[in-house]
Amino acid sequence: MTKQVQELDHVIIRFAGDSGDGMQLTGDRFTQETAVFGNDLSTLPNFPAEIRAPQGTLPGVSSFQLHFADHDILTPGDAPDVLVAMNPAALKANLKDLPLGGDLIVNTDEFTKRNLVKVDYAKNPLEDGSLDGYKLHPVPLTSLTVKSLEDQSISRKDAERAKNMFALGLLSWLYGRPSEGTLSFLEAKFGKKPEIYKANVTAFQAGWNYGETTEDFSVRYEVKPAPIKPGKYRNITGNTALAYGLIAAGELSKLPLFLGSYPITPASDILHELAKHKKFGIRTFQAEDEISAASSALGAAFGGALAVTTTSGPGMLLKAETVGLAVSVELPLLIVDVQRAGPSTGMPTKTEQADLLMALYGRNGESPVPVIAAATPSDCFFAAIEAARIAITYRTPVILLSDGYLANGSEPWRIPEVSSLPDLSAEFDFAGPADKPADGDFLPFKRDPRTLARPWAIPGTPGLEHRVGGIEKADGAGTISYDPDNHDLMVRTRQAKIDGIAASIPPLEVDDPSGQAKVLVLGWGSTYGSIGAAVRRTRREGHAVAQAHLRHMNPFPANLGDVLRRYDKVIVPEINLGQLALLLRGKFLVDVISYNRVNGLPFRAAELAEAIEEVLAHA
Amino acid sequence: MPEIHNQLGSNGPGRLQSLTLVPHKGGLGTKDFKSDQEVRWCPGCGDYAILAAFQAFLPELEVPRENVVVVSGIGCSSRLPYYVSSYGMHSIHGRAPAIASGLAASRQDLSVWVITGDGDALSIGGNHLIHALRRNVNIKILLFNNRIYGLTKGQYSPTSEQGKVTKSTPYGSLDYPFNPVSLALGAEASFVARSVDSDRKHLQSVLRAAADHRGSALIEIFQNCPIFNDDAFAPIKEPNAPGLIRLEHGSPIRYGPDGSMGLTYGPYGTLTPVEAASVPESELVVHDATRTDPSYAFALSRLDSFDFAHTPIGVFRSVERPAYDDLMAAQLDQARATGAGDLAKLLSGNDTWEVD
Repeated sequence: MTKQVQELDHVIIRFAGDSGDGMQLTGDRFTQETAVFGNDLSTLPNFPAEIRAPQGTLPGVSSFQLHFADHDILTPGDAPDVLVAMNPAALKANLKDLPLGGDLIVNTDEFTKRNLVKVDYAKNPLEDGSLDGYKLHPVPLTSLTVKSLEDQSISRKDAERAKNMFALGLLSWLYGRPSEGTLSFLEAKFGKKPEIYKANVTAFQAGWNYGETTEDFSVRYEVKPAPIKPGKYRNITGNTALAYGLIAAGELSKLPLFLGSYPITPASDILHELAKHKKFGIRTFQAEDEISAASSALGAAFGGALAVTTTSGPGMLLKAETVGLAVSVELPLLIVDVQRAGPSTGMPTKTEQADLLMALYGRNGESPVPVIAAATPSDCFFAAIEAARIAITYRTPVILLSDGYLANGSEPWRIPEVSSLPDLSAEFDFAGPADKPADGDFLPFKRDPRTLARPWAIPGTPGLEHRVGGIEKADGAGTISYDPDNHDLMVRTRQAKIDGIAASIPPLEVDDPSGQAKVLVLGWGSTYGSIGAAVRRTRREGHAVAQAHLRHMNPFPANLGDVLRRYDKVIVPEINLGQLALLLRGKFLVDVISYNRVNGLPFRAAELAEAIEEVLAHA
Repeated sequence: MPEIHNQLGSNGPGRLQSLTLVPHKGGLGTKDFKSDQEVRWCPGCGDYAILAAFQAFLPELEVPRENVVVVSGIGCSSRLPYYVSSYGMHSIHGRAPAIASGLAASRQDLSVWVITGDGDALSIGGNHLIHALRRNVNIKILLFNNRIYGLTKGQYSPTSEQGKVTKSTPYGSLDYPFNPVSLALGAEASFVARSVDSDRKHLQSVLRAAADHRGSALIEIFQNCPIFNDDAFAPIKEPNAPGLIRLEHGSPIRYGPDGSMGLTYGPYGTLTPVEAASVPESELVVHDATRTDPSYAFALSRLDSFDFAHTPIGVFRSVERPAYDDLMAAQLDQARATGAGDLAKLLSGNDTWEVD
């Protein structure tokens, strides 16, 4: 049977199932196939914090949304075009997001009385007509998978577990995805268990063949590759990109990398990634708690390492005292906060941008710290290098903000040439024996007049023996000082050092193609994609609107005040209750308009576009 | 930029075990380790004696002073690094073992010492202490135990006796105290010792034994606070204190008037003080700090009581166990045996595609 092929410019697919159904793996593989095919893409994994929530229940539903297109896209999409629901819970939890007329593929085998009761379906939605508004494709995924494996010597349970590969095979057929990558992935993953490997491959192929033969799928879709900049590409998540950025910073600065970390969602993958790469001489120290994670890193920094600690919001609270000491002793230290929904434990697997003020101000005393925020998953790589540059150049702790959406989301990344990356080793020197004056003592707090950085004199350097600590230090000598004027001077000098970093960062660029915009949308961090998509929609409606995105949250780019004052209205969308807005109002006396949603998810471009148009209507 | 990795010293015989990767330099004296800072503890504080013993001991290590690092937390004792002219860090309350662990794990060419107190190490920093000990990082921890909070002016500490009347406990404290030696043994410490501030010779002998141990060492030092807990250790400071048990590896344990007391093995692994003459010589305990099983050392630590009737000092336990920093370095060496990391290769990974 020859199937009709329909061309689409973009598709949003959401795989949803029980947290034990392998939806994240299925999504990852489909993403990889899509990346290799050459579409632009953006992903949104969404899973419960529980490792195995009760089977078949609403809290146990795990999903993975993928947006791919024949053009450049910025977000994982607002609503899916296609929903794959592996059980009644997945259907119930996700159906509200599927627009009427959308494709709905359901695993009918799981729609048993027992499973329906678990999620309070009084009647079977596959039979009661409630899904009439959708293009329903009922597929007995489990039994078809088991049937395809009946001549293989594996248990029924193992056979059933391969149903996600059947689903992947079917979807891969439906969208013409290349399958070689998945087959070699399965070999690498299950190669040591030949029967499981064979079962997964068979299930994948059975799913593909099912699509080709069944009449239920009469149309096959094609999404052409996106015209993107020539080069070598890979798909990358934010956490992997961030870990690679840290490794690169170690290589570029020629400093040994030391990571002190305590496992925490959604930051742990950075620890896992760095622990793999001992070939780069990286020391990873899984500490007894968040405090020790930061403290051990500061100890390593004192010894001359590029020292890093990684965590999420709850861990930031515990690291605050170490960050304060690093401010006081003026040693380089990278603190990575992969933000998640708070307060307290909050929603560990959901995203949020509400740690900004904590990063800036969450310490005792006047304790200025540079803060950098990554904008996209792959940008985490460059943001990590920039954070390292500031830390070692200015001998200061630097907080790097990522978040749950960046951490687990992925996008195609044009792999940079190593030679194009900045030479961080040129940014600093350890102090050497020559830094001890012939006629007096070494002055550990004598500053470089350009950067105001103090010497980084590491143990093992003869003649520079000195003591540092959290007690206020005399300017220059660094000895204990309770002198009132000296304290005032040191407080102002530490602030001036951080403020001075602005001289080394690029001015804020504004994207305003028409040059006519009177309204600016200013964002920071992971909302870059949603804001960009919303601004595009608004422009397609014929409006002029400008967009700018902050990477340096402290200090701000030197031209920020000018940019703000150039527009009649400034909209600041944030996944918090207006933290950047508060800073802008306080610092620049500009009455920015705050747009906020704090639901643990990235903004929907459509909602944001509506909010922008609302402001435009009154501009 | 100094070549920090090429400064490894002679790994020859005769070096103290914790220093085999630290450069060698002889000919230093006590004055080389005295900083120009005015020492500011209260008159009569036991910290003076400990500082003097430590400064006089450091030259014995025969390492250049730039390779000595002293890290402390917060409290009276934690001021000590300012007075030693090596590298030093006066850090955060309770965190010195964590900071020192990061430093020692990444710089094996350093001799790293931690100075802490009973509040610093056992209260706010209890977690870091036990984990540093179990990891066996090559750091030496000097725990000044005066059984009181000094810097905050006299509250009870986690080693104060129950019922202690202080400013924060006018009706007597309710907390049951820690025995630091018992705690360290329970935390899998490979080296645990105790000494007394006023006995310089003994203190230095214990410091030497700690320096000769590769891995974490905990040394509890009974230290008098003349302001808030004066004479807390008076019963063992008298000449020939009857309750003081001086542990010496390989020697029979004898103490009391004319060495008339000894120890025998009691039920359930306990040790029982006895009149030595009342039992056959063969039944008296001979001290062995190298027993792999910590039960014996633990039993020794349980002889303590607040009346100092039987209080051992010296090395309770000294066993060999691979040091964390050595294991970490070995993993890196093994990974790099087939070549160093290649950044370009890493960034590419395995799943790439070309766009023309």
